[in-house]
Amino acid sequence: MKKIHFICFALLLSFGWGCESDSEFLDRKPAETLTTEQAFSDPNQVLSILANLYNRQFSVYRLNDWQTFADFNEVLVTADDNLTNRWHTNSTWPFNGINDYWFTWDYAYIRELNLFLERIATSTISEDLKATYAAEARFLRANYYFELAKLYGGVPIILESQTYDFSGDPSYLQVPRSTEAGIYDFIIKEAEELKSLLPVNPDGKSRASKGAALAMKAQAAVFAGSLAKYRATTPSVSLPGGEIGIPVDRATGYYETALGAAQEIISGSAGAYSLYLKIPTNLSENFAALFYDKNANPEVIYEEEYLLKFKTHGYTIVNQPRFGAEEEEGGALNPSLNLVQEFELLDNTFAPLPTVDANGNPIYYENQGDIFAGRDARLGGTVILPGSIFKSRPVDIWAGVQLADGEIISGSERGQLRELPGNPTPQQVVGFDGPIAATNQNALAGFYIRKYLDPAPGSGRRGTQSDVSRIRYRYAEILLIAAEAAFELGQPDVAAGYMNEVRARAGFTTPLTGADITFDRIVHERRVEFALEGQYFMDLKRFRIAHKIFDGSSMTLEGLRSGIGTATNRSTQPWALWPYKIYEPGSPNDGKWIYKEVLPSRVTGADNWQLGNYYSSINNDILNNNPKLVRQPLQ
Amino acid sequence: MKMKFHYIILLALGTALMSCEKDNYEPPTSLLSGRVVYQGTPLNFEYDRVSYDLYQDGFGKTGPLGSTFTSEGAFSQLLFDGAYKMVIPGGQGPFVPLQTDAGTPDTIRISVNGNTTMDIEVTPYWMVRNTQLSAGGGQVTGTFALEKIITNANAKDVESVTLYVSKTLFANSQTNVATAVIEGGAITDVNNISLSATVPELVPAQNYVFASIGVKLAGVDDYIFSPTQKINL
Repeated sequence: MKKIHFICFALLLSFGWGCESDSEFLDRKPAETLTTEQAFSDPNQVLSILANLYNRQFSVYRLNDWQTFADFNEVLVTADDNLTNRWHTNSTWPFNGINDYWFTWDYAYIRELNLFLERIATSTISEDLKATYAAEARFLRANYYFELAKLYGGVPIILESQTYDFSGDPSYLQVPRSTEAGIYDFIIKEAEELKSLLPVNPDGKSRASKGAALAMKAQAAVFAGSLAKYRATTPSVSLPGGEIGIPVDRATGYYETALGAAQEIISGSAGAYSLYLKIPTNLSENFAALFYDKNANPEVIYEEEYLLKFKTHGYTIVNQPRFGAEEEEGGALNPSLNLVQEFELLDNTFAPLPTVDANGNPIYYENQGDIFAGRDARLGGTVILPGSIFKSRPVDIWAGVQLADGEIISGSERGQLRELPGNPTPQQVVGFDGPIAATNQNALAGFYIRKYLDPAPGSGRRGTQSDVSRIRYRYAEILLIAAEAAFELGQPDVAAGYMNEVRARAGFTTPLTGADITFDRIVHERRVEFALEGQYFMDLKRFRIAHKIFDGSSMTLEGLRSGIGTATNRSTQPWALWPYKIYEPGSPNDGKWIYKEVLPSRVTGADNWQLGNYYSSINNDILNNNPKLVRQPLQ
Repeated sequence: MKMKFHYIILLALGTALMSCEKDNYEPPTSLLSGRVVYQGTPLNFEYDRVSYDLYQDGFGKTGPLGSTFTSEGAFSQLLFDGAYKMVIPGGQGPFVPLQTDAGTPDTIRISVNGNTTMDIEVTPYWMVRNTQLSAGGGQVTGTFALEKIITNANAKDVESVTLYVSKTLFANSQTNVATAVIEGGAITDVNNISLSATVPELVPAQNYVFASIGVKLAGVDDYIFSPTQKINL
């Protein structure tokens, strides 16, 4: 009896379901994906697609990949893993950089930008939004081509989404490389058109604006100008088809373009940008704050934005001073002495850090920071120096205790206590922040990085991380581009004017005159202003100075101390500066500090830049897929 | 029980039979080797610096087998028999690039059939001649001459000449214990150059060192070396 009930029930159910027509079932719209028409009919959907494209913009230097900031010998890499151990033991670089950091060939991204531009043209959202969003996508596309140009010179310029027709002949999809001049012309032309399509918006730092377009134009033009002018230094780095090598007679035109674009920003036509000067009483702190202050920062023109809880990075975690840090981690990158000594004295002269007097005797300092006194304020904003403060905590950097007879007592772990002669109570013999010889992840160069380190609580904690954004274009660079272009165009007084604005913010009171502006000055000013920001890499390449700086010879102490401020000064090995405390009870020197230059034990190679390193390699897979591409020179 | 035993025998037999089938290729056995020479004199380079590409067409994608010449200028590859193409990419080596008239690297065609030996004739910009290396008083002294081979428009100037002293046969810019450098502009007589380097304390101690002379040319990445010699201290 009961069984019949069940059977009836089952029959009823199957009839109920079976009645739905089959075609309707198969035509059901998927709930989890949107069609192109749906996605492009709603302004919020379009914005989210655009946000994805913003999120994927490429840069060789990425805060969420801290190793990309290991800038040649401007830093000593002290982390201990298979990858970073190669930094100072190898003497040459692979053509694509260590770990392929100088490689990108993301034509999938370009295709998606092209698709976005094609689809938004038929979108049903308001015309105003369409125009702005399309301009932003074009900016991102030009921006990516600019990154490709920096690494490869001329590359295929593809401005439409290509589709294969399965005819068996893909040759119509294979685009040859443009000339190097051609790709820079393309970027400059796009930026010129975009400046009137993008909004004037000096407050929206992470979205393309008129200021960002003009900044891109100025930078692309000055890079192209210098590439044209200085390629004569390395004649073999070129290709007969012009894929590498801009004709030298075009240099002047590019410099004029750069100066014009920079002056457009300086005149205020793209909005009110200015040098960051919120803390005029402490210019070092001010310079550091420029990178972490995200509240109406007038210097930032365009940035790759990070935001807590959404997109964060661990740059502060890996590089923070070890003692009292929020994680038992830090100190992965140390600024080297090579960089630190490049910061000028305030009387506009260059000098090594005075560790010994004229007779070779050590100089005794009352306070740890005294050796750095009277230097460019940017030093303290770029580097955490011994005797300075980070996150309201004094750093404790010193390598050991020196006794009266010159013997050095040190420890093998941070802040170790040991007995000193004549004193049975153990004393601290080494800093809590290092340096500890032959270890890793502490102040092995005697310094920690300050730039881009986030002072906010939690920034050094893995669960929170930091949301300091990476600045792509800032006002100081516009000023220095204007200075460089004016100098190359034979207007040294104009160049001095722009450069002095940047230098005044660094605490220099004596302005440079037109006669002081030389090639070395231009290169040097960029090296210290943009230290550990990424510009150094491209400057090495476009001025064609890398093969002279990294000539493969190891460095002596005399070599280290000489040639400061010269663009081609040898820097093949990163040096360290270690402070020692004097222990001589009863002597006037007791408790004072001396400094010693040290070549860290992990530095065994001497860097040698091959001429083939000036451009990244187009690898065999890419060459195989497109036979119209030509190989890079000298590779 | 008997059943199980049968199964095991069958299984073992099957495995043995199946395993006899050849499931792998023969490894390559033909050795292609040679040296880079100038008029029969082998050239010396820095280890792992001067590279060459070896191509074989006809098997789909044409990626090169890449490697570098040894410090004695030698190369060797174990290959299957067949036709190969060797290319020394532009900018590699301290010699005039082997180029076609169009300026692209010239291809050396090689037919490998059994062990094949082939020397590559090139023209270096300069040669190190009459190298005499000696030790005395804790110093290594090198006396040598430089010969300019290329004197036409492609001639290169000497940027610097370095004496490398090393604990091992690799005496070059990457591995050395002592060096002595003379800049190109400071050379007065290319037929008689002398360089001395003081040998530091060697750990662990050894009573011999190796030394060689490296010449850096302006605008050329790779050094040309003299043969490395063992010197008793």
